[in-house]
Amino acid sequence: MAETIKSGSDVIVMDVKDHVATALKDLAEGQTFYCRIQDEVKPFTAADPIPFGHKVAIVEIRSGQDVLKYGEVIGRATTDIQVGRHVHVHNLEGIRGRGDQAGK
Amino acid sequence: MGTLMGYKRANGDTGIRNHLLVIPTVICANQVCSRIVQMVPETVAIPHQHGCSQIGADKSRTFETLAGTGRNPNVGAVLVVSLGCEVVNPYELADAIRVTGKPVEVLDIQEAGGSVKAIQQGTEIANRLRAELDKAERVELSLSELIVGVKCGGSDATSGLASNPALGNAADRLIAEGGGIVIGETTEIIGAEHILAARCRTPEISDKLYHIVDRFEKEVERMGEDMRGGNPSPGNIAGGLSTIEEKSLGCISKCGTAPFEGVIEYAEKIPGKGLYFMDSPGNDIECVSGMAASGVHLVCFTTGRGTPTGSAVIPVIKITGNGRMYERMADNMDVNVGPMLEGSMNVEEAGELIWQEIREVADGKLTKAEILGHQEFSINRIGPSL
Repeated sequence: MAETIKSGSDVIVMDVKDHVATALKDLAEGQTFYCRIQDEVKPFTAADPIPFGHKVAIVEIRSGQDVLKYGEVIGRATTDIQVGRHVHVHNLEGIRGRGDQAGK
Repeated sequence: MGTLMGYKRANGDTGIRNHLLVIPTVICANQVCSRIVQMVPETVAIPHQHGCSQIGADKSRTFETLAGTGRNPNVGAVLVVSLGCEVVNPYELADAIRVTGKPVEVLDIQEAGGSVKAIQQGTEIANRLRAELDKAERVELSLSELIVGVKCGGSDATSGLASNPALGNAADRLIAEGGGIVIGETTEIIGAEHILAARCRTPEISDKLYHIVDRFEKEVERMGEDMRGGNPSPGNIAGGLSTIEEKSLGCISKCGTAPFEGVIEYAEKIPGKGLYFMDSPGNDIECVSGMAASGVHLVCFTTGRGTPTGSAVIPVIKITGNGRMYERMADNMDVNVGPMLEGSMNVEEAGELIWQEIREVADGKLTKAEILGHQEFSINRIGPSL
């Protein structure tokens, strides 16, 4: 379930366990953004441009690690991902529906 | 208990529209059907690619989808148009629709003597059926009689954050009134099926849900394909969605929080009220067509990227959580819950907005898709053409 979004929020975190936040506005590279996790608001710096609706890492993620959003697994990191980096199809892959990996 | 004005059918079903539906049994009859609906106002057709060179499960799926669409309570009368040599038997199809007690007639193009004569005869029949339907009085119906399909398409990150949770809130309101909700898209619960399975009323329902997801995934494995070639779609990816798991976790909130009463096959009649899952593809047109054939009165359709999708027999309400897209595509959108992402609308308020729209559309207000004449129709296919 969606967290209630505070007016003017930069990003939203769907669950306290999440590794990523979703940008509610375009974030420029180097921009400081604020991320609310439960009652705590913490500053982060965007290491890449993060377009509206795209994800940004809010914790260090290791290559091969499951990535969490909504408190659930949304895929696996294909490289190490530093805090503030754009998380998308270039460094995150789906695990399910992978007929190309069947039998491997 | 809320009420609305609609149409009572001979078998007790209630409809929110009063369509005369012209059904081609086969692709070869599409053009004759299109000409007939041009000649008779407020008459709709469902042209499609199938009805011939099909066997077994595919033939049966085509038949059941056409029959179910004819039986939909928004349809008051049906004209079946056949070429005359296809595998879908028009007389069996007419019988399968006639069980509802509504008038059903059959026209055979080969018997009529070709397209011109068939169009002429079909127009006469359709005019007569339409005149009968126009006599139907609208009567008061209870909201508890309403069955709503929930669907998402052209999703982006805003779908999972805003429009789907808002639609889920509206879905819970309808369930609380005693109505029904149907969610589909087996493809798009992959990675989230455990959450839905935990909400099934019995272990048997939960097993069936896991089974249909497994069956789908095994088919993808058999083909040796990476699902990411098509789902998430290029538009989903541009909108911020990275994997099918992420998309699924955003999709499931659109059906609210009720327990699942059952899992039905594609186009199978919805057995009762409460929440049901229909085994169906994520493909927008195939899924909405399957829902119409299952007996839903209308579909609530969330989209972040924007899509015009409609249906010949059921209203499709477009809801978006992407305020930027709403500005660009207001022609196609019915409800904007984009302010949720700016913090100026909460999920309760957004749910109420959708719930009001459902009530008004059920009561006769036209959706943007209806106004624009979007009547896409497509039957989900299983096997090869012969």
